[in-house]
Amino acid sequence: MDMFAVWYFVETTINGALIGLMYALIALGFVLIYKSTDAINFAQGQFVMISGVMVAALAADYGVPIVVGAIVALVFMILFNVMLERIVLRPMIGRPVVAIIMATIGLAAFLEGLFPMIFGATTRALDLGIPNDPIIIGQIYLTPINVVGGAVALTFFGAFSIFFMKSRKGVALRAVADNHQVSMAMGINVERYFVLAWSMAGVVAVLGGLLWGSAIGVDNTLAVVGLKVFPVVILGGLESIIGAIVGGIIVGVIEAWGGTYIDPAMTQPWFREFFPFEGGGTKDFLPYLLMIVVLFFKPYGLFGKVHIERV
Amino acid sequence: MFHRESGYYKTSYASDSALYPLPIARFAVAGFAILFFVVAPLLVSSYYLTILNLVGIAIVGAIGLNILLGLTGQISIGHAAFMSVGAYTAANLATRFDLPFWITLPAGGLMAASIGIIVGFPSVRIKGLYLAISTLAAQFIIDWIIVHTPAISGGFQASIQVPRPTVFGAVLDTQRELYMFILVVVVIAIVVALNIARSRIGRAFIAIRDQDIAAEILGIDVRRYKLMAFAISSFYAGVAGVLYTYYSGVANNEFFPLVVSIDYLAMVIIGGMGSVLGAIFGATFVTLLPIAIDLVMTSVGPYLIEDAGALSGIKSHMRLVVFGGLIMFFLVVEPEGLNRLWLNIRSYFRVWPFSY
Repeated sequence: MDMFAVWYFVETTINGALIGLMYALIALGFVLIYKSTDAINFAQGQFVMISGVMVAALAADYGVPIVVGAIVALVFMILFNVMLERIVLRPMIGRPVVAIIMATIGLAAFLEGLFPMIFGATTRALDLGIPNDPIIIGQIYLTPINVVGGAVALTFFGAFSIFFMKSRKGVALRAVADNHQVSMAMGINVERYFVLAWSMAGVVAVLGGLLWGSAIGVDNTLAVVGLKVFPVVILGGLESIIGAIVGGIIVGVIEAWGGTYIDPAMTQPWFREFFPFEGGGTKDFLPYLLMIVVLFFKPYGLFGKVHIERV
Repeated sequence: MFHRESGYYKTSYASDSALYPLPIARFAVAGFAILFFVVAPLLVSSYYLTILNLVGIAIVGAIGLNILLGLTGQISIGHAAFMSVGAYTAANLATRFDLPFWITLPAGGLMAASIGIIVGFPSVRIKGLYLAISTLAAQFIIDWIIVHTPAISGGFQASIQVPRPTVFGAVLDTQRELYMFILVVVVIAIVVALNIARSRIGRAFIAIRDQDIAAEILGIDVRRYKLMAFAISSFYAGVAGVLYTYYSGVANNEFFPLVVSIDYLAMVIIGGMGSVLGAIFGATFVTLLPIAIDLVMTSVGPYLIEDAGALSGIKSHMRLVVFGGLIMFFLVVEPEGLNRLWLNIRSYFRVWPFSY
């Protein structure tokens, strides 16, 4: 296999971009909540994890069909997020950002303990009925689950864009995102839209759980995917749905390039002479490195809203 | 600490910021010193001393994070990475150059502080979430660099054996001797932190936390003080990392994963942000929590759950559940943490038994 062939590069890039779209799907849940409620959710990865664990455990241990399991998970996630908003996050409105970040980090730890405790910590497969044989276009091999994931993500982004642009609720949600007080004065029930935003994040989490669960298997490590959300949203800008897509694709592609080109290059003698690093694993931190660089030059991301502060 | 005042008599800033608010406080401090320096090492058994040692190390780290998070209001999710930096610096110095602990300890701290300044640099431009995530990134990047650079990590499995510290030729290798060693460092850490908080630097930190733009207008060099907060906090973390290395005898990056960073954040929040006493409460509480859960589960658990394997699985997850639940509970119900509860008890007894 020739590493430097053009088709190989194209294959790596497309697969990376498809995975990136799946990252973007999870990032979407984060952006939805941040846009409308100003709350920063460090537990989005755990939401994905618990919905995946739930569907997989219901299917494997109780023989529930995946469709039914997914509906159960959907209902559960919506109810859970509504309660979460009501009990934990609403009392914290107006508190410092640090406090809200910490509360969701606490939530993340809580969920990471609770769900394996209930359903067991074993790794389960989640079979959505997607074939494993690669899709071959010319000389390019694509992984089917990634293609499906990317397609689902794109469909959802389209649906959300139409929702935000055309529907009454979507417009109201944008108003809430823009300014809580003004939308309150305009007769929008802000708290109800907070609930709506959290429920939508729950829906996105279930989707992410199904896709990622069938891609990499379901156990506690599924939550690690959530950590990739941060480079995505920072690169794209916190308030922007387009930003989530672009950021996701950038992160996915960078990861793929890191795994295919930089990791093997690092074992070469000419490289080691300059940088005496050992082993690979660059894909785990390259997105973060890129993110820090972007933070220095464009602190609010590529599509983010620039905040002007007043005392 | 345990004295009762009969009212508020402070008439000057000097008396408000005094280390000993009343002459009797000196006796309380002396009492604590005797308790921890003389009574504890003589009476407490070796197993409990290991716990005390862990608490002491956690106190140093938590005080450091408290200066950053509680006083300056800058979040850091990479505290454990700085501990790692300190640990490997000390381990390399101790094994390659045979340097004694009184050089490696500050050297580990200084190394962590200089890395901390680099990591804290984004804080000049960004804050809140963006800063949280860039420190999270630092955790991953520092960890990766340490593990993948054989010159730092000592090659395979990234662990370095460290010789025990020696004082005047005597090797500190029992828990009791290590306890005295850690205790001295903890006392220095506490005294320095108390003095930072009440001095010009501490007041500048608090001004930045409360309103950074206003602080800048008041003439505080926000950039410099933010970086200083990062440096001091990372210095503490580095020292805690060195202590942990000497305590365990090995420098290993697996002691300092992301979870440990979150543990330290939890210590500061559960204990109470912005006070040294709070950091001590928090460090003690969070260190003892898993031990307490373990104790409860081994004594009560077998009656509830028959299967031993399932029980040990539940035990390890129970810690996360209780832990996350407590963080949320404290943030929603008592944002000022255990320290506020303590102050409430004190102010209740201030004029007791009269109502006011």
